[in-house]
Amino acid sequence: MGKKKSSRRLFLQGNEAIVEGALAAGCRFFAGYPITPASEISEILSERLPQVGGTFIQMEDEIASMGAVIGASLAGVKSMTATSGPGFSLMQENLGFACIAEVPCVIVDVMRGGPSTGLPTSPAQGDVMQARWGTHGDHPIIVLAASTVQDSFEITIQAFNFAEKYRTPVILLSDEVVAHTRETVELPPVEELHVIDRIAPSMPPEWYIPFEDNSRGVPPMAAFGDGYRYHVTGLVHDVRGFPTQRSDEIEPFIKRLFRKITQGFNEIQITQPYMMDDARVGVIAYGSTARSAKRAVMDARKRGVKAGLLQLTTLFPFPRYAVEEVLRQCRSVLVPEMNMGQIYREVKRVNQTKCSVRKLNRIDGRLITPDEIFREVLKM
Amino acid sequence: MAHQGTKLIHKYLRHDKKFPHVWCPGCGNGIVLGSLIRAIDKLKLEKDDIVLVSGIGCSGRMTVYVDFNTLHTTHGRALTFATGVKLARPHLNVIVVMGDGDATAIGGNHFIHAARRNLDLTAIIVNNQIYGMTGGQHSPTTPYGCKATTAVYGHIEHAFSISELAVTAGASFVARGSVYHTQLLDRVMEKAILKKGFSVVEVISNCHVQFGRRNQMSDPVTMMKWLRDHAVKVEKAKEMGPEELEGKFTIGILADVDKPVYTEEYEKIREKAKK
Repeated sequence: MGKKKSSRRLFLQGNEAIVEGALAAGCRFFAGYPITPASEISEILSERLPQVGGTFIQMEDEIASMGAVIGASLAGVKSMTATSGPGFSLMQENLGFACIAEVPCVIVDVMRGGPSTGLPTSPAQGDVMQARWGTHGDHPIIVLAASTVQDSFEITIQAFNFAEKYRTPVILLSDEVVAHTRETVELPPVEELHVIDRIAPSMPPEWYIPFEDNSRGVPPMAAFGDGYRYHVTGLVHDVRGFPTQRSDEIEPFIKRLFRKITQGFNEIQITQPYMMDDARVGVIAYGSTARSAKRAVMDARKRGVKAGLLQLTTLFPFPRYAVEEVLRQCRSVLVPEMNMGQIYREVKRVNQTKCSVRKLNRIDGRLITPDEIFREVLKM
Repeated sequence: MAHQGTKLIHKYLRHDKKFPHVWCPGCGNGIVLGSLIRAIDKLKLEKDDIVLVSGIGCSGRMTVYVDFNTLHTTHGRALTFATGVKLARPHLNVIVVMGDGDATAIGGNHFIHAARRNLDLTAIIVNNQIYGMTGGQHSPTTPYGCKATTAVYGHIEHAFSISELAVTAGASFVARGSVYHTQLLDRVMEKAILKKGFSVVEVISNCHVQFGRRNQMSDPVTMMKWLRDHAVKVEKAKEMGPEELEGKFTIGILADVDKPVYTEEYEKIREKAKK
């Protein structure tokens, strides 16, 4: 009997952990364009991907990167790109294509201060709503946020799993702090990881209807070159993939896109409660802000305040059930964010209780400190 | 015996696609598609191994009708999608169809970089000198002085030459043809598909509806005659002065060079990386 492989303990920065997660999830194609603070992901993958038979390419811009990622995924290879705000803006066009054509892929956005060129080397969380609504038209999307280096590894795998399972682009939001902080992480052996691959058609090519509905709302996906010759388009299409203008085909199609994600809410909406059991004062946070919030909750508990944290790993589809529970339980809730209140508005939107929802914002390129959150919690 | 053309239609057009197509009567796009199909048939390529990628515009609709793996992308981005497909599965024949606005206005950056990178793709650019689908706006190849719906007083910008641009950007194979000179088009199409490296076929086409109508050539026959009278063979052009070539376009092979191909180079990178 062979010796059981043990996990690896490494001292990594967030960007490196994303690379480890991507490779472990089976990512074998990366296309990107240099940008701070995401460039390490490109640099490391340019070295690592060819080692495992994968492909790295630096494209002429982020529009092209996103196009190449979709092309590779259609040819059957798990694909990813990584960027920051300005590049993420350029990716929105083809991101919409990935939504409508249901192409699995992962887009990492290491957030920096914006708008425009903004603050290239400072953290921010200003791209949250862009991640949700950045590309035009009605579309569902999955947006995840990493708050630690360990998270960066695990959530990257999760992002690929969701992308493959639901045939959708998944956006992973990191930020400059998570990306460049070095921490000890534990990487389990690859065989112990739960990795999901897209479902290939089991029927012969002549029976394959590429965009036909089924109970999951996710049609099996054939790769180009596998003998299933079909049409992929960014136009609204019928079940065979051909452009349609018929309202009786358009509506079921768009509704299926939404339904496939809605049906997965239980699994997709990931949140992590911390000391929430008896909490009366809640903090709802994500990304690097959740780290400060956790510390603030600990300190508040020492002062006898019944504080608790709900960390959002999934930002969209907005985890309203978990948030509603916090709102019902607490007399007040604080939403600290490095933006003007993008998730705060979502929390307010779902609030049907008398719980008062407050915000705490920093937009000066600095991290929200545990002390700032702690002082705010004491006031609540 | 069935007519050869009919046989090819049955073999290569999609049976389950609802025809008629979107193109206007007399459009050059059908001629380009016919030429492409004849080249593919002559080369005996497997349909499963062909990925036809297109952008947005009239030419972009070509992918809907043919029985290959087909990918109708976003405006100007066809080459970027094709890059991903080719790198993921290098054995596939990836052919990209674009229009002049598609490939050289919104997609101009992708075009020059694809040529520079020398990935083994075949780019067919249907150059009808206008934005047809959106209603006749001027494109990067609309000649100076011509009229368009966004140049009603006459166009004051200068057109650039797509093929010369491709040569300068480093494409391995560049040829220009027209929808009038179909035999030449068939030949260069074949060569372009066979060529290892980035190959470009620019096809000067007619859009009598959106371009011709505003520029005293409102029917396909007049435009065909214009193509016949203004095309000069590359070999002959070498003996002509710039004044004689004024207002004309050259047809034939403009570049055919052998250079290292991206996918082969990348395979070497993989070998190095594994050591």
